[in-house]
Amino acid sequence: MESLRVLVVDDEPGMRLGVERVLRNFSVSLPEIEGDVHFEISQAETGEEALELIDSFSPAILLLDNKLPGISGLDVLEQIAGRDGDMLTVMISAYASLDVAITATKQGAFDFLAKPFTPEEIKNVVGKAARHLMLRREARRLAEEKKRLRFEFISVLAHELKAPLSVVESYLQIIADKTAGDDPEAYEKMVSRSIIRLAGMRKMIKDILDLTYIESGQKKRDFIELDLKSIAEDTIEAFTPVAAETDVTLTLQCDKPVTMIGDRGEIDIVLNNLVSNAIKYNRQGGQVTVVLDQAEGEVVLAVTDTGIGMSEQEVAKLFGEFVRIKNKKTQNILGSGLGLSIVKKIAQIYGGDIKAVSEPDVGTTFTVTLRSQAQAEANEAD
Amino acid sequence: MTKILLVDDDIDFITQQEVQLRAAGYEVLIAHGVQEAMDLLQEQKADLAVVDLMMQHMDDGFVLSHQIKKTYPDMPVIILTGVASETGLEFDTSTQEERSWIKANAFLTKPVRFEQLRSEIDRLLSEK
Repeated sequence: MESLRVLVVDDEPGMRLGVERVLRNFSVSLPEIEGDVHFEISQAETGEEALELIDSFSPAILLLDNKLPGISGLDVLEQIAGRDGDMLTVMISAYASLDVAITATKQGAFDFLAKPFTPEEIKNVVGKAARHLMLRREARRLAEEKKRLRFEFISVLAHELKAPLSVVESYLQIIADKTAGDDPEAYEKMVSRSIIRLAGMRKMIKDILDLTYIESGQKKRDFIELDLKSIAEDTIEAFTPVAAETDVTLTLQCDKPVTMIGDRGEIDIVLNNLVSNAIKYNRQGGQVTVVLDQAEGEVVLAVTDTGIGMSEQEVAKLFGEFVRIKNKKTQNILGSGLGLSIVKKIAQIYGGDIKAVSEPDVGTTFTVTLRSQAQAEANEAD
Repeated sequence: MTKILLVDDDIDFITQQEVQLRAAGYEVLIAHGVQEAMDLLQEQKADLAVVDLMMQHMDDGFVLSHQIKKTYPDMPVIILTGVASETGLEFDTSTQEERSWIKANAFLTKPVRFEQLRSEIDRLLSEK
């Protein structure tokens, strides 16, 4: 439950009391923020007193009569114009004076209420101001949250990039100081580990570029009709040498033409990430099967491996940024922890999703669904 | 030859300490987790164990040092901690109170300089 402070400024005690009575038990329900807003009321008799209370009471809504004994309502408005804070002013005038309304609005008043007004009218105008204030606060909160998430991403990123550099630096230090004695094998091992860690770092930087490329929304996306079968064949061809290192066999199952409208670069990122994972997390001599299918405006792209698999808990956290499943089976496999979060983002751009089904020591199937006409649909919506 | 058991799930940390320990004349046994370490010790006894605190679980180092001390009471154990940087939690090995419930002979904070590790190993072995 939220509460907003309201300051009523009027020289007539009856008016102030009347407004206070109406608002005391009044609340506005805001489904947008899933809550009710109540009001806490304070009163001022003059403009001078109002200015003091604006400082000490910090109202969110100011109900300001124009005709006051000392300085006028418009004078008060002028004095508080340009101040920080998110106070909204509703000008009240005894005469439905267009002049006052226009001047007040120019000075930044949020709304205008003419005397005499009914309880319903005051509830209406205060309710409107409350909604405006709460939605503005909510928007600000969301912007802050977004900023915080970006900051968190950058700090994790810095940590993830620093780790391999520190490792390589340590290896080089040992090599430079020759503290590994004179066994050439020890040096070969350190050099090869350094190369592996640097390659992992390069892959991470590439993934980050992919991610920013997708998220920026600024890159030029080239939508054409894509023949997924031939793209998958290209992917499999490109990964065959890598798969051969661990005797992994790559096969494609696709018995009909599968096409969609999409950006080739984005679909490549999806396939490359899934096939590369299926090889990395496979066993010696294992299988990777890519299955393509098309049904009712959707293409389905499934990649199955015969690898180490995952527990249900591991699958549940799989699609977050920088998530890497750490256990004895994965300790020597390098990755950025970004690949699957990138694939998920792309799937969502195409109105689809990604799912994983896995069994430890049996294997994992990742299934990506994409709307085959997602781009055409998005254009119609524009 | 003096046998050192190195236990860490970080393959690069293991490699770096391993090559330097070997060059310094030690024999090195390697394990990547609690169970692997205990299995290895059943096959061949080590003179001293160097154990990372956080492996698959946050407290693996504590668990392992307890198990080692229960089965091989005379084997010195050095625990390596890098807790603060990973979790933000301060594990202060300089206070008697925090050390009292952990069955380890020495603590070193990561990143560990090899000279530091070596002098701790030599100190504990000479006290044996």
